[in-house]
Amino acid sequence: MLIGTTQSAMNAQTRQIAARRRRLRTTLEFWGMAGPLVLGLLIFTFVPLIWGFMISLHDSRGTINLAKFVGFENYQYLLANPEFLKSLGVVIQFAIFIVPTTFALSLFLAVLVDNAAFAKGFFRSVFFVPTAISYVIASMIWRMSIFNGLPYGLANAFLWIFEVAPISWIGTVKPPWYWLVLVTVRLWLQVGFYMILFIAGMQSIPAELYEAARVDGAASKWTLFWRITFPLLRNTSVFVLLINIIHAFNAFAEFFNILGGTFATGGLLSLARPPLVYLYQIALSSQEYGRGTAGAFILAALIILATLIQTRISGGLGKESY
Amino acid sequence: MRKLGHIGTHLVLLFFTLLFLVPFYVMVRNALATDVEITAFDWVWFPRVIQWKNFTDLFTDPFVPMGRGFLNSAVITMLTTTFQTAFACMAGYALARIPYKNRNLVLGLVLSTMMIPGDALFVPSFALVARLGWVNTFQGLIVPGLFSAFNTFMFRQHFLDFPQELEEAARMDGLAYFGVFRRIVIPNSWGIITALGSLTMVGSWNSFLWPLVIGQSRNWWTVQVNLAVYLTAQVVRLRLIFAGALLGALPMLIAFFFLQRFIAEGVARTGIKG
Repeated sequence: MLIGTTQSAMNAQTRQIAARRRRLRTTLEFWGMAGPLVLGLLIFTFVPLIWGFMISLHDSRGTINLAKFVGFENYQYLLANPEFLKSLGVVIQFAIFIVPTTFALSLFLAVLVDNAAFAKGFFRSVFFVPTAISYVIASMIWRMSIFNGLPYGLANAFLWIFEVAPISWIGTVKPPWYWLVLVTVRLWLQVGFYMILFIAGMQSIPAELYEAARVDGAASKWTLFWRITFPLLRNTSVFVLLINIIHAFNAFAEFFNILGGTFATGGLLSLARPPLVYLYQIALSSQEYGRGTAGAFILAALIILATLIQTRISGGLGKESY
Repeated sequence: MRKLGHIGTHLVLLFFTLLFLVPFYVMVRNALATDVEITAFDWVWFPRVIQWKNFTDLFTDPFVPMGRGFLNSAVITMLTTTFQTAFACMAGYALARIPYKNRNLVLGLVLSTMMIPGDALFVPSFALVARLGWVNTFQGLIVPGLFSAFNTFMFRQHFLDFPQELEEAARMDGLAYFGVFRRIVIPNSWGIITALGSLTMVGSWNSFLWPLVIGQSRNWWTVQVNLAVYLTAQVVRLRLIFAGALLGALPMLIAFFFLQRFIAEGVARTGIKG
């Protein structure tokens, strides 16, 4: 009797120890596999946020250490600085140009490729392959060859056939042709990426839906597109807009390389300088780290705000799965 | 009527095909031509004699250290692709399958970093890396880019759909989670690993802002930074600039040729699961 209870108590104890050991093992196995990523994210995402925010509250110039504490003076300075405000205006203008054009062209190409009777794969590849090219290289082609503004530039050589005099694409302010250069280069680079997203979205729409609509008398492809395809691409559309807006606000490389001089000194950047180029100049060239970090946080807040507005307008991601 | 529609579709497709190929044509033509041919008033469709020496001249031009740039880019791209994919894949598996009690908390932490616009915050990141003394080093160029919350999330979604019976059988045989991951899961997941890995690779080779900020001295310039410096040189050598552009684009074009199916699949997945 007595021996029995001790034994069952001992059993319970060993079971408990075994369970604890199993839990410990699970914990160790979890951190063994997730540890590197989580640690890396903590160090290279959260630490810069905290450290950067502290710098933004200090008058740190020529040093990445904390200099004199100035509170929110750097933020006030930037929000009253015409150069910085102008750069925010530039990137908003750029977003207004690039987001709708990218959306429309990538959806248009997706519909065309999806409807092609033959050589579907070929057309898809042609539009997708510019994704492999860097912004720097595309900027070189645009700036030094297609839109170099000289008579031998491709755009001008082509227009010469119609006896149009050579146009200075990048240098003129009125009309601001440089926007055409900046928008087309990004269109060429990114449209294929979004086209793939749209094609994937279209292919996951069940064919029966089209059959049913045809039975109901919706005959033309046009009607089918607006009644079925487009509404069912809602999730893809919202996602495409979201990524597109974030990328537009982070514009850097094509402005830097098409308008800038060496290391973004001088050049034609005064025409259109987006915030990241402005921040690069004050943080890296002038070493004003306090203001540079403050500007980074203002821009990040603006991006988060823009994405929130966009999700609100489009009513968020729908629950329906196609 | 139907046939007419098909012809119309293909004509429009053909038009856009030509338009999209123009930049490639210009790049290749200029890379193989002489400066005289490039700047000729009457458009020269193709160089009369292909100028292979543009490529050798590119590497001997003292203005930019092109050879070193290719070495830097190759090292950065290979290490970034390998480790970023490995870390994300392992963490994705742990978050999908290992029943650790704070798992959801960790998942929330990882997902929350996806909200933070990374590029916009390059100045704070630079401040940290400079503080570590990592400016002009391989670690500064590589390490901050090894941790992708987005890829982790994509891998997690993939592993959630993985047939659990296979894994459970292996667990019964006494394999630890990492063992199951290595012997059962990885061999059946090469599709998504290649897809996400390819996207990482292309992004790493083509990235510009971070290498520009961290690799400040000549020896640390990547291919992209070299080309950007070349682009704004005082004396413009068009044929060399474009020889550089073509060589700089070639590795990823070749990768695209072989991996396109995976890359497209990777992109498509982002949309559906994102």
